[in-house]
Amino acid sequence: MTNNNKTRRITLTQFNGGMILTKYHVLAGPEGYLPPAAACQGIRLPEVGWALIEGRHVPEQEALSAIVDKLLSAKRPFFFPGPNLLWEWKDGVAEKASALRKLADTAGARVIPMPDYRPKYPMINPAIEINPNHPNLTIWHNKIDVCVFAGVHCHYANVALKIIRGGTDCYTIAICGEAGHEDANITLRNAGIPQIEALTAMVAERRRLC
Amino acid sequence: MSKAMFKMTTAFADVMPAEYVELVQSGPFGQGYGVADLGSFKELIEEHPLCAGCGLALAVRLIMASLPTPEDTVVVGSTGCSSLAFPQIALQNIHSLFGNQNAVASGLKRALKLRFPDKHKDVLVVAGDGATADIGLDMVMHSWSRGEKLATIMLDNEAYANTGGQESGMSPEGCVLYMAPTGKKFKKIALPEIARESGCAYVASVTPVQPRKLEKAVRRAILVAREVGPTYVQIFVPCPTNFKFKPQETLAKAKQREKDQTYPLREFITPEAQAYLAALEGGGKHD
Ligand SMILES: Cc1ncc(C[n+]2csc(CCOP(=O)(O)OP(=O)(O)O)c2C)c(N)n1
Ligand code: SF4
Ligand SMILES: [Mg+2]
Repeated sequence: MTNNNKTRRITLTQFNGGMILTKYHVLAGPEGYLPPAAACQGIRLPEVGWALIEGRHVPEQEALSAIVDKLLSAKRPFFFPGPNLLWEWKDGVAEKASALRKLADTAGARVIPMPDYRPKYPMINPAIEINPNHPNLTIWHNKIDVCVFAGVHCHYANVALKIIRGGTDCYTIAICGEAGHEDANITLRNAGIPQIEALTAMVAERRRLC
Repeated sequence: MSKAMFKMTTAFADVMPAEYVELVQSGPFGQGYGVADLGSFKELIEEHPLCAGCGLALAVRLIMASLPTPEDTVVVGSTGCSSLAFPQIALQNIHSLFGNQNAVASGLKRALKLRFPDKHKDVLVVAGDGATADIGLDMVMHSWSRGEKLATIMLDNEAYANTGGQESGMSPEGCVLYMAPTGKKFKKIALPEIARESGCAYVASVTPVQPRKLEKAVRRAILVAREVGPTYVQIFVPCPTNFKFKPQETLAKAKQREKDQTYPLREFITPEAQAYLAALEGGGKHD
Protein backbone atom coordinates (compact mmCIF):
# COMPACT_ATOMS: atom_id res chain seq x y z
CA MET A 1 0.00 0.00 0.00
CA THR A 2 1.38 3.38 -0.95
CA ASN A 3 -0.44 5.49 1.62
CA ASN A 4 1.78 8.38 0.99
CA ASN A 5 2.25 10.24 4.17
CA LYS A 6 2.04 10.82 7.84
CA THR A 7 -1.00 9.98 9.85
CA ARG A 8 -3.06 12.34 7.79
CA ARG A 9 -5.88 10.07 6.65
CA ILE A 10 -7.10 8.97 10.05
CA THR A 11 -6.32 11.67 12.56
CA LEU A 12 -8.68 11.00 15.38
CA THR A 13 -10.56 8.12 16.82
CA GLN A 14 -12.98 8.96 19.58
CA PHE A 15 -15.65 7.19 21.53
CA ASN A 16 -19.15 8.50 21.42
CA GLY A 17 -21.67 6.50 23.38
CA GLY A 18 -19.78 3.32 22.58
CA MET A 19 -19.48 4.07 18.84
CA ILE A 20 -16.13 4.74 17.31
CA LEU A 21 -16.15 7.81 15.10
CA THR A 22 -13.25 7.94 12.73
CA LYS A 23 -12.10 11.23 11.28
CA TYR A 24 -11.00 10.23 7.84
CA HIS A 25 -9.57 12.87 5.53
CA VAL A 26 -10.53 12.47 1.89
CA LEU A 27 -7.25 13.67 0.45
CA ALA A 28 -5.69 13.31 -2.95
CA GLY A 29 -3.94 9.97 -3.42
CA PRO A 30 -2.32 7.80 -4.34
CA GLU A 31 -3.89 5.95 -1.45
CA GLY A 32 -3.12 2.54 -2.88
CA TYR A 33 -5.06 -0.27 -4.40
CA LEU A 34 -8.69 -0.44 -3.24
CA PRO A 35 -8.94 2.65 -1.03
CA PRO A 36 -11.89 2.46 1.35
CA ALA A 37 -15.13 4.16 0.36
CA ALA A 38 -15.18 7.41 2.32
CA ALA A 39 -18.69 6.54 3.51
CA CYS A 40 -17.29 3.42 5.17
CA GLN A 41 -14.82 5.64 7.00
CA GLY A 42 -17.62 7.64 8.56
CA ILE A 43 -17.85 10.50 6.06
CA ARG A 44 -21.48 11.63 5.71
CA LEU A 45 -22.96 13.52 2.79
CA PRO A 46 -23.45 17.26 3.39
CA GLU A 47 -26.79 18.79 4.30
CA VAL A 48 -28.52 21.12 1.85
CA GLY A 49 -26.58 24.39 1.64
CA TRP A 50 -23.41 22.65 2.79
CA ALA A 51 -20.53 20.95 1.07
CA LEU A 52 -17.54 18.75 1.87
CA ILE A 53 -13.89 19.70 1.72
CA GLU A 54 -11.72 16.62 2.23
CA GLY A 55 -14.46 15.08 4.34
CA ARG A 56 -15.11 18.20 6.45
CA HIS A 57 -18.60 19.73 6.41
CA VAL A 58 -18.40 23.37 5.35
CA PRO A 59 -20.90 25.98 4.17
CA GLU A 60 -21.32 25.90 0.39
CA GLN A 61 -19.67 29.30 -0.04
CA GLU A 62 -16.45 28.06 1.55
CA ALA A 63 -16.36 25.12 -0.85
CA LEU A 64 -16.93 27.42 -3.83
CA SER A 65 -13.88 29.46 -2.83
CA ALA A 66 -11.83 26.31 -2.33
CA ILE A 67 -12.81 25.07 -5.81
CA VAL A 68 -11.70 28.35 -7.33
CA ASP A 69 -8.37 28.11 -5.48
CA LYS A 70 -7.80 24.60 -6.74
CA LEU A 71 -8.75 25.39 -10.33
CA LEU A 72 -6.55 28.47 -10.52
CA SER A 73 -3.53 26.87 -8.87
CA ALA A 74 -3.71 23.72 -11.00
CA LYS A 75 -1.11 23.02 -13.67
CA ARG A 76 -3.45 20.93 -15.77
CA PRO A 77 -7.09 21.27 -14.72
CA PHE A 78 -9.60 19.14 -16.62
CA PHE A 79 -13.39 18.90 -16.59
CA PHE A 80 -15.08 15.53 -17.03
CA PRO A 81 -18.73 16.09 -18.00
CA GLY A 82 -20.83 12.91 -17.85
CA PRO A 83 -23.84 11.66 -19.80
CA ASN A 84 -26.29 13.79 -17.83
CA LEU A 85 -24.74 16.90 -19.35
CA LEU A 86 -23.50 15.60 -22.70
CA TRP A 87 -26.86 14.35 -23.94
CA GLU A 88 -29.86 16.63 -24.15
CA TRP A 89 -32.20 14.17 -22.49
CA LYS A 90 -34.46 16.62 -20.66
CA ASP A 91 -35.30 20.30 -20.45
CA GLY A 92 -32.70 22.45 -18.74
CA VAL A 93 -29.73 20.23 -19.55
CA ALA A 94 -28.51 22.36 -22.45
CA GLU A 95 -28.41 25.49 -20.28
CA LYS A 96 -26.57 23.74 -17.47
CA ALA A 97 -24.08 22.25 -19.94
CA SER A 98 -23.43 25.71 -21.40
CA ALA A 99 -22.85 27.16 -17.93
CA LEU A 100 -20.39 24.38 -17.11
CA ARG A 101 -18.52 24.82 -20.38
CA LYS A 102 -18.23 28.53 -19.69
CA LEU A 103 -16.74 27.77 -16.27
CA ALA A 104 -14.22 25.34 -17.80
CA ASP A 105 -13.21 27.84 -20.47
CA THR A 106 -12.95 30.72 -17.99
CA ALA A 107 -10.74 28.59 -15.74
CA GLY A 108 -8.56 27.64 -18.71
CA ALA A 109 -9.41 23.97 -18.17
CA ARG A 110 -9.56 21.32 -20.85
CA VAL A 111 -12.58 19.05 -21.26
CA ILE A 112 -12.61 15.28 -21.67
CA PRO A 113 -16.10 13.77 -21.89
CA MET A 114 -17.55 10.62 -20.34
CA PRO A 115 -20.28 9.93 -22.94
CA ASP A 116 -21.30 6.58 -21.44
CA TYR A 117 -19.95 3.99 -19.04
CA ARG A 118 -18.69 1.30 -21.40
CA PRO A 119 -15.37 -0.12 -20.19
CA LYS A 120 -14.17 -0.16 -23.83
CA TYR A 121 -11.65 -2.71 -22.70
CA PRO A 122 -8.90 -2.83 -23.86
CA MET A 123 -8.94 0.05 -26.30
CA ILE A 124 -10.01 3.32 -24.70
CA ASN A 125 -8.28 6.40 -26.04
CA PRO A 126 -7.41 8.33 -22.87
CA ALA A 127 -6.57 11.49 -24.81
CA ILE A 128 -10.17 12.00 -25.86
CA GLU A 129 -12.39 10.19 -23.38
CA ILE A 130 -12.62 8.94 -19.84
CA ASN A 131 -14.71 6.19 -18.36
CA PRO A 132 -15.38 5.15 -14.80
CA ASN A 133 -13.78 1.75 -15.17
CA HIS A 134 -10.24 3.05 -15.60
CA PRO A 135 -10.26 6.82 -15.08
CA ASN A 136 -6.66 6.62 -13.87
CA LEU A 137 -5.53 6.03 -17.48
CA THR A 138 -6.96 9.38 -18.55
CA ILE A 139 -5.49 11.10 -15.48
CA TRP A 140 -2.03 9.61 -16.01
CA HIS A 141 -1.90 10.02 -19.76
CA ASN A 142 -2.96 13.67 -19.66
CA LYS A 143 -0.99 14.41 -16.45
CA ILE A 144 -4.08 15.90 -14.83
CA ASP A 145 -3.57 17.40 -11.36
CA VAL A 146 -7.09 18.75 -10.72
CA CYS A 147 -10.29 17.38 -12.19
CA VAL A 148 -13.95 18.29 -12.01
CA PHE A 149 -16.74 15.73 -12.30
CA ALA A 150 -20.20 16.94 -13.32
CA GLY A 151 -23.21 15.11 -14.73
CA VAL A 152 -21.88 11.62 -13.98
CA HIS A 153 -24.45 9.24 -12.47
CA CYS A 154 -23.91 8.74 -8.74
CA HIS A 155 -22.67 5.15 -8.60
CA TYR A 156 -20.28 5.57 -11.53
CA ALA A 157 -18.90 8.80 -10.12
CA ASN A 158 -18.26 7.08 -6.79
CA VAL A 159 -16.37 4.24 -8.45
CA ALA A 160 -14.29 6.59 -10.61
CA LEU A 161 -13.49 8.98 -7.76
CA LYS A 162 -12.33 6.11 -5.61
CA ILE A 163 -10.11 4.70 -8.36
CA ILE A 164 -8.58 8.13 -8.91
CA ARG A 165 -7.92 8.54 -5.19
CA GLY A 166 -6.44 5.06 -5.10
CA GLY A 167 -4.05 5.31 -8.01
CA THR A 168 -3.25 8.94 -8.72
CA ASP A 169 -2.42 12.19 -6.98
CA CYS A 170 -5.12 14.10 -8.85
CA TYR A 171 -7.34 16.39 -6.75
CA THR A 172 -11.00 15.65 -7.41
CA ILE A 173 -13.92 18.06 -7.35
CA ALA A 174 -17.57 17.04 -7.80
CA ILE A 175 -20.06 19.66 -8.95
CA CYS A 176 -22.93 17.37 -8.05
CA GLY A 177 -26.55 18.12 -8.87
CA GLU A 178 -27.77 15.52 -6.40
CA ALA A 179 -26.65 14.67 -2.86
CA GLY A 180 -22.88 15.02 -3.29
CA HIS A 181 -19.97 12.57 -3.34
CA GLU A 182 -18.07 11.65 -0.21
CA ASP A 183 -15.29 10.21 -2.35
CA ALA A 184 -14.42 13.52 -3.98
CA ASN A 185 -11.86 15.77 -2.31
CA ILE A 186 -14.35 18.62 -2.63
CA THR A 187 -18.02 18.09 -3.32
CA LEU A 188 -20.93 20.42 -3.76
CA ARG A 189 -24.50 19.16 -3.56
CA ASN A 190 -27.62 20.31 -5.47
CA ALA A 191 -25.29 22.30 -7.69
CA GLY A 192 -27.23 23.95 -10.48
CA ILE A 193 -26.71 26.89 -12.78
CA PRO A 194 -26.53 29.44 -9.90
CA GLN A 195 -23.57 27.66 -8.25
CA ILE A 196 -21.81 27.13 -11.58
CA GLU A 197 -22.28 30.77 -12.56
CA ALA A 198 -21.05 31.88 -9.15
CA LEU A 199 -17.89 29.83 -9.68
CA THR A 200 -17.40 31.34 -13.14
CA ALA A 201 -17.76 34.87 -11.76
CA MET A 202 -15.29 34.15 -8.95
CA VAL A 203 -12.76 32.63 -11.35
CA ALA A 204 -13.11 35.57 -13.74
CA GLU A 205 -12.72 38.05 -10.91
CA ARG A 206 -9.62 36.33 -9.53
CA ARG A 207 -8.09 36.19 -12.99
CA ARG A 208 -8.83 39.89 -13.49
CA LEU A 209 -7.03 40.73 -10.26
CA CYS A 210 -3.97 38.63 -11.08
CA MET B 1 -34.97 4.95 -24.50
CA SER B 2 -35.99 8.42 -25.49
CA LYS B 3 -34.72 9.58 -28.88
CA ALA B 4 -33.49 12.71 -27.05
CA MET B 5 -30.77 10.47 -25.62
CA PHE B 6 -29.13 10.71 -29.03
CA LYS B 7 -29.01 14.50 -29.18
CA MET B 8 -25.80 16.07 -27.94
CA THR B 9 -25.75 19.28 -25.94
CA THR B 10 -24.08 21.86 -28.16
CA ALA B 11 -21.82 23.07 -25.32
CA PHE B 12 -19.73 19.91 -25.46
CA ALA B 13 -20.32 18.70 -29.02
CA ASP B 14 -16.82 19.82 -30.04
CA VAL B 15 -15.12 17.47 -27.57
CA MET B 16 -17.26 14.40 -28.16
CA PRO B 17 -15.23 11.48 -29.60
CA ALA B 18 -15.78 11.00 -33.33
CA GLU B 19 -17.46 7.64 -32.86
CA TYR B 20 -20.31 9.22 -30.87
CA VAL B 21 -20.75 11.98 -33.41
CA GLU B 22 -20.99 9.33 -36.13
CA LEU B 23 -23.47 7.30 -34.10
CA VAL B 24 -25.70 10.36 -33.76
CA GLN B 25 -25.35 11.43 -37.36
CA SER B 26 -25.49 8.09 -39.13
CA GLY B 27 -26.12 5.37 -36.56
CA PRO B 28 -28.91 2.79 -36.67
CA PHE B 29 -31.09 4.22 -33.90
CA GLY B 30 -34.65 4.72 -35.07
CA GLN B 31 -33.69 3.96 -38.67
CA GLY B 32 -34.93 0.39 -39.25
CA TYR B 33 -31.68 -0.72 -40.87
CA GLY B 34 -30.82 -4.37 -41.49
CA VAL B 35 -27.86 -6.42 -42.68
CA ALA B 36 -28.49 -5.39 -46.28
CA ASP B 37 -27.67 -1.84 -45.21
CA LEU B 38 -24.29 -2.77 -43.70
CA GLY B 39 -21.63 -0.46 -45.02
CA SER B 40 -24.04 2.45 -45.33
CA PHE B 41 -24.45 3.30 -41.64
CA LYS B 42 -22.34 3.59 -38.51
CA GLU B 43 -22.44 0.20 -36.84
CA LEU B 44 -22.96 -0.38 -33.12
CA ILE B 45 -19.67 -2.19 -32.81
CA GLU B 46 -16.65 0.04 -33.26
CA GLU B 47 -13.77 -2.37 -32.85
CA HIS B 48 -13.19 -5.52 -30.86
CA PRO B 49 -10.32 -7.56 -29.51
CA LEU B 50 -11.41 -10.96 -30.86
CA CYS B 51 -9.12 -13.14 -33.02
CA ALA B 52 -8.70 -12.63 -36.75
CA GLY B 53 -11.32 -14.63 -38.63
CA CYS B 54 -13.45 -15.20 -35.52
CA GLY B 55 -16.86 -16.49 -36.57
CA LEU B 56 -18.33 -15.26 -33.32
CA ALA B 57 -17.22 -11.68 -34.05
CA LEU B 58 -18.91 -11.85 -37.45
CA ALA B 59 -22.10 -13.20 -35.89
CA VAL B 60 -22.15 -10.45 -33.26
CA ARG B 61 -21.77 -7.86 -35.99
CA LEU B 62 -24.67 -9.39 -37.92
CA ILE B 63 -26.85 -9.67 -34.81
CA MET B 64 -26.27 -5.99 -34.04
CA ALA B 65 -27.33 -5.09 -37.56
CA SER B 66 -30.47 -7.23 -37.26
CA LEU B 67 -32.07 -5.63 -34.18
CA PRO B 68 -35.54 -4.27 -34.97
CA THR B 69 -35.18 -1.37 -32.51
CA PRO B 70 -31.63 -1.07 -31.14
CA GLU B 71 -32.60 2.01 -29.12
CA ASP B 72 -35.00 -0.15 -27.09
CA THR B 73 -32.85 -3.27 -26.81
CA VAL B 74 -30.80 -4.47 -23.86
CA VAL B 75 -28.38 -7.35 -24.34
CA VAL B 76 -27.49 -9.64 -21.48
CA GLY B 77 -24.23 -11.45 -22.07
CA SER B 78 -22.10 -13.91 -20.18
CA THR B 79 -18.46 -14.75 -19.72
CA GLY B 80 -16.69 -16.06 -22.81
CA CYS B 81 -15.18 -14.62 -25.97
CA SER B 82 -18.24 -12.49 -26.76
CA SER B 83 -17.91 -10.71 -23.42
CA LEU B 84 -14.71 -9.16 -24.74
CA ALA B 85 -16.61 -7.56 -27.62
CA PHE B 86 -19.58 -6.20 -25.69
CA PRO B 87 -17.68 -3.47 -23.83
CA GLN B 88 -17.13 -1.90 -27.25
CA ILE B 89 -20.73 -2.09 -28.40
CA ALA B 90 -22.85 1.07 -28.31
CA LEU B 91 -25.90 -0.64 -26.90
CA GLN B 92 -27.23 -1.11 -23.40
CA ASN B 93 -25.66 -4.35 -22.28
CA ILE B 94 -25.18 -6.22 -19.04
CA HIS B 95 -22.45 -8.74 -18.37
CA SER B 96 -23.73 -11.44 -16.05
CA LEU B 97 -21.87 -14.05 -14.06
CA PHE B 98 -21.10 -17.04 -16.24
CA GLY B 99 -24.26 -19.11 -16.66
CA ASN B 100 -26.61 -16.64 -14.95
CA GLN B 101 -27.57 -14.78 -18.10
CA ASN B 102 -31.14 -16.05 -18.49
CA ALA B 103 -31.91 -15.47 -14.83
CA VAL B 104 -30.55 -11.91 -15.01
CA ALA B 105 -32.46 -11.32 -18.24
CA SER B 106 -35.71 -12.63 -16.70
CA GLY B 107 -35.50 -10.09 -13.88
CA LEU B 108 -34.56 -7.33 -16.26
CA LYS B 109 -37.40 -8.07 -18.65
CA ARG B 110 -39.94 -8.10 -15.82
CA ALA B 111 -38.59 -4.84 -14.42
CA LEU B 112 -38.68 -3.18 -17.85
CA LYS B 113 -42.28 -4.33 -18.33
CA LEU B 114 -43.25 -2.66 -15.06
CA ARG B 115 -41.31 0.50 -15.83
CA PHE B 116 -42.42 0.79 -19.47
CA PRO B 117 -45.79 -0.99 -19.63
CA ASP B 118 -46.74 0.53 -22.98
CA LYS B 119 -43.47 -0.04 -24.79
CA HIS B 120 -41.57 -2.99 -26.21
CA LYS B 121 -38.21 -3.27 -24.50
CA ASP B 122 -36.41 -6.17 -26.12
CA VAL B 123 -34.17 -8.22 -23.85
CA LEU B 124 -31.76 -10.32 -25.83
CA VAL B 125 -29.48 -12.91 -24.26
CA VAL B 126 -26.29 -13.51 -26.25
CA ALA B 127 -23.93 -16.10 -24.78
CA GLY B 128 -21.60 -18.93 -25.71
CA ASP B 129 -22.41 -22.61 -25.93
CA GLY B 130 -20.69 -23.33 -22.61
CA ALA B 131 -22.74 -20.63 -20.90
CA THR B 132 -25.99 -21.66 -22.57
CA ALA B 133 -25.94 -25.45 -22.86
CA ASP B 134 -23.70 -26.39 -19.91
CA ILE B 135 -23.12 -24.14 -16.95
CA GLY B 136 -26.22 -21.96 -17.49
CA LEU B 137 -28.53 -24.67 -18.77
CA ASP B 138 -30.68 -24.66 -15.65
CA MET B 139 -31.28 -20.89 -15.89
CA VAL B 140 -31.90 -21.20 -19.63
CA MET B 141 -34.41 -24.03 -19.37
CA HIS B 142 -36.24 -22.56 -16.42
CA SER B 143 -36.59 -19.23 -18.20
CA TRP B 144 -38.14 -21.16 -21.10
CA SER B 145 -40.47 -23.22 -18.98
CA ARG B 146 -41.55 -20.10 -17.06
CA GLY B 147 -42.42 -18.54 -20.41
CA GLU B 148 -40.16 -15.50 -19.94
CA LYS B 149 -40.44 -13.27 -22.99
CA LEU B 150 -36.75 -13.31 -23.84
CA ALA B 151 -34.85 -14.03 -27.02
CA THR B 152 -31.89 -16.30 -26.27
CA ILE B 153 -29.06 -16.51 -28.80
CA MET B 154 -26.29 -19.05 -28.50
CA LEU B 155 -22.94 -18.33 -30.19
CA ASP B 156 -22.02 -21.94 -30.81
CA ASN B 157 -18.31 -22.39 -31.43
CA GLU B 158 -18.60 -25.93 -30.07
CA ALA B 159 -16.03 -25.38 -27.33
CA TYR B 160 -15.04 -23.34 -24.32
CA ALA B 161 -12.96 -21.09 -26.52
CA ASN B 162 -12.11 -18.34 -24.09
CA THR B 163 -10.47 -20.69 -21.59
CA GLY B 164 -8.29 -22.42 -24.13
CA GLY B 165 -10.40 -25.14 -25.70
CA GLN B 166 -12.27 -27.51 -23.41
CA GLU B 167 -15.11 -29.59 -24.83
CA SER B 168 -18.63 -28.37 -24.22
CA GLY B 169 -21.94 -30.16 -24.44
CA MET B 170 -22.23 -28.63 -27.90
CA SER B 171 -18.92 -30.02 -29.19
CA PRO B 172 -19.59 -32.78 -31.72
CA GLU B 173 -18.80 -36.36 -30.87
CA GLY B 174 -15.15 -37.19 -31.53
CA CYS B 175 -14.12 -33.53 -31.45
CA VAL B 176 -10.46 -33.09 -30.41
CA LEU B 177 -9.48 -29.86 -28.69
CA TYR B 178 -6.39 -28.54 -26.90
CA MET B 179 -7.87 -29.65 -23.61
CA ALA B 180 -9.88 -32.60 -24.90
CA PRO B 181 -7.01 -34.49 -26.53
CA THR B 182 -8.66 -37.91 -26.64
CA GLY B 183 -11.79 -36.67 -28.38
CA LYS B 184 -15.30 -36.09 -27.08
CA LYS B 185 -17.08 -39.28 -26.10
CA PHE B 186 -20.67 -38.02 -26.27
CA LYS B 187 -23.04 -36.55 -28.82
CA LYS B 188 -23.70 -32.84 -29.34
CA ILE B 189 -26.66 -31.68 -27.25
CA ALA B 190 -29.78 -31.20 -29.37
CA LEU B 191 -30.64 -27.83 -27.87
CA PRO B 192 -32.98 -26.64 -30.66
CA GLU B 193 -35.19 -29.68 -30.06
CA ILE B 194 -34.94 -29.24 -26.29
CA ALA B 195 -35.92 -25.58 -26.72
CA ARG B 196 -38.93 -26.53 -28.81
CA GLU B 197 -40.09 -29.02 -26.19
CA SER B 198 -39.41 -26.61 -23.32
CA GLY B 199 -41.81 -23.90 -24.37
CA CYS B 200 -39.97 -21.81 -26.96
CA ALA B 201 -42.38 -20.33 -29.48
CA TYR B 202 -39.69 -19.82 -32.08
CA VAL B 203 -36.45 -21.77 -32.56
CA ALA B 204 -33.85 -21.54 -35.33
CA SER B 205 -30.33 -22.70 -36.00
CA VAL B 206 -28.34 -20.72 -38.56
CA THR B 207 -24.82 -19.81 -39.62
CA PRO B 208 -23.26 -16.51 -40.76
CA VAL B 209 -22.84 -18.00 -44.25
CA GLN B 210 -26.30 -16.69 -45.08
CA PRO B 211 -26.51 -13.28 -43.38
CA ARG B 212 -30.11 -12.63 -44.51
CA LYS B 213 -31.22 -15.92 -43.02
CA LEU B 214 -29.41 -15.13 -39.80
CA GLU B 215 -31.03 -11.70 -39.73
CA LYS B 216 -34.44 -13.17 -40.31
CA ALA B 217 -33.99 -15.65 -37.45
CA VAL B 218 -32.77 -12.97 -35.03
CA ARG B 219 -35.58 -10.57 -35.94
CA ARG B 220 -38.21 -13.26 -35.71
CA ALA B 221 -36.85 -14.37 -32.33
CA ILE B 222 -36.99 -10.82 -31.00
CA LEU B 223 -40.45 -10.08 -32.40
CA VAL B 224 -41.99 -13.35 -31.20
CA ALA B 225 -40.48 -12.80 -27.74
CA ARG B 226 -42.33 -9.47 -27.54
CA GLU B 227 -45.79 -10.97 -27.65
CA VAL B 228 -45.82 -14.74 -27.77
CA GLY B 229 -43.13 -16.33 -25.59
CA PRO B 230 -39.48 -17.33 -25.25
CA THR B 231 -37.39 -17.89 -28.35
CA TYR B 232 -34.05 -19.47 -29.15
CA VAL B 233 -31.56 -18.98 -31.99
CA GLN B 234 -28.42 -21.07 -32.27
CA ILE B 235 -25.69 -19.66 -34.48
CA PHE B 236 -22.73 -21.74 -35.62
CA VAL B 237 -19.64 -19.57 -35.20
CA PRO B 238 -16.47 -21.45 -36.19
CA CYS B 239 -13.40 -20.65 -34.07
CA PRO B 240 -10.12 -20.70 -36.02
CA THR B 241 -8.00 -20.40 -32.88
CA ASN B 242 -9.23 -23.52 -31.11
CA PHE B 243 -10.03 -25.59 -34.18
CA LYS B 244 -6.71 -24.79 -35.85
CA PHE B 245 -7.80 -23.54 -39.23
CA LYS B 246 -6.80 -20.38 -41.06
CA PRO B 247 -8.79 -17.19 -40.32
CA GLN B 248 -9.85 -16.92 -43.96
CA GLU B 249 -11.43 -20.38 -43.83
CA THR B 250 -14.14 -19.55 -41.29
CA LEU B 251 -17.04 -19.19 -43.71
CA ALA B 252 -15.90 -22.20 -45.75
CA LYS B 253 -15.98 -24.29 -42.57
CA ALA B 254 -19.51 -23.18 -41.81
CA LYS B 255 -20.60 -23.75 -45.40
CA GLN B 256 -19.20 -27.26 -45.34
CA ARG B 257 -21.08 -28.10 -42.14
CA GLU B 258 -24.30 -26.75 -43.64
CA LYS B 259 -23.72 -28.79 -46.78
CA ASP B 260 -22.89 -32.10 -45.15
CA GLN B 261 -25.75 -31.65 -42.67
CA THR B 262 -23.47 -31.88 -39.64
CA TYR B 263 -24.79 -28.47 -38.64
CA PRO B 264 -28.42 -28.77 -39.66
CA LEU B 265 -30.33 -25.54 -40.16
CA ARG B 266 -33.66 -25.66 -38.41
CA GLU B 267 -36.69 -23.51 -37.81
CA PHE B 268 -39.50 -24.47 -35.43
CA ILE B 269 -42.42 -22.09 -35.07
CA THR B 270 -45.53 -22.65 -32.96
CA PRO B 271 -48.84 -21.97 -34.72
CA GLU B 272 -49.41 -18.94 -32.48
CA ALA B 273 -46.00 -17.49 -33.36
CA GLN B 274 -46.60 -18.30 -37.00
CA ALA B 275 -49.84 -16.33 -37.00
CA TYR B 276 -48.19 -13.43 -35.20
CA LEU B 277 -45.28 -13.34 -37.66
CA ALA B 278 -47.58 -13.63 -40.67
CA ALA B 279 -49.46 -10.55 -39.49
CA LEU B 280 -46.23 -8.62 -38.86
CA GLU B 281 -44.25 -9.66 -41.88
CA GLY B 282 -46.92 -8.69 -44.36
CA GLY B 283 -45.27 -5.30 -44.85
CA GLY B 284 -41.89 -5.82 -43.12
CA LYS B 285 -38.96 -4.11 -44.79
CA HIS B 286 -36.32 -6.75 -44.09
CA ASP B 287 -38.24 -9.98 -43.90
C1 LIG C 1 -18.79 -18.87 -12.77
C2 LIG C 1 -17.66 -19.08 -13.72
N1 LIG C 1 -17.27 -20.34 -14.02
C3 LIG C 1 -16.27 -20.53 -14.89
C4 LIG C 1 -15.65 -19.47 -15.49
C5 LIG C 1 -14.50 -19.71 -16.43
N2 LIG C 1 -14.85 -19.50 -17.81
C6 LIG C 1 -14.65 -18.32 -18.44
S1 LIG C 1 -15.04 -18.34 -20.05
C7 LIG C 1 -15.49 -19.97 -19.94
C8 LIG C 1 -15.93 -20.73 -21.14
C9 LIG C 1 -16.78 -20.00 -22.03
O1 LIG C 1 -17.29 -20.89 -22.98
P1 LIG C 1 -18.47 -20.47 -23.90
O2 LIG C 1 -19.65 -20.08 -23.09
O3 LIG C 1 -18.69 -21.53 -24.89
O4 LIG C 1 -17.95 -19.14 -24.59
P2 LIG C 1 -16.78 -18.99 -25.68
O5 LIG C 1 -15.59 -18.46 -24.95
O6 LIG C 1 -16.55 -20.30 -26.31
O7 LIG C 1 -17.32 -18.01 -26.65
C10 LIG C 1 -15.34 -20.45 -18.65
C11 LIG C 1 -15.61 -21.83 -18.20
C12 LIG C 1 -16.07 -18.18 -15.14
N3 LIG C 1 -15.53 -17.09 -15.69
N4 LIG C 1 -17.08 -18.01 -14.26
S1 SF4 D 1 -10.77 -18.02 -29.39
FE1 SF4 D 1 -12.14 -18.51 -31.10
S2 SF4 D 1 -14.17 -17.75 -30.48
FE2 SF4 D 1 -12.65 -16.80 -29.14
S3 SF4 D 1 -12.14 -14.83 -30.11
FE3 SF4 D 1 -10.64 -16.33 -30.85
S4 SF4 D 1 -11.51 -17.14 -32.74
FE4 SF4 D 1 -13.18 -16.13 -31.65
MG1 LIG E 1 -18.05 -21.63 -26.87
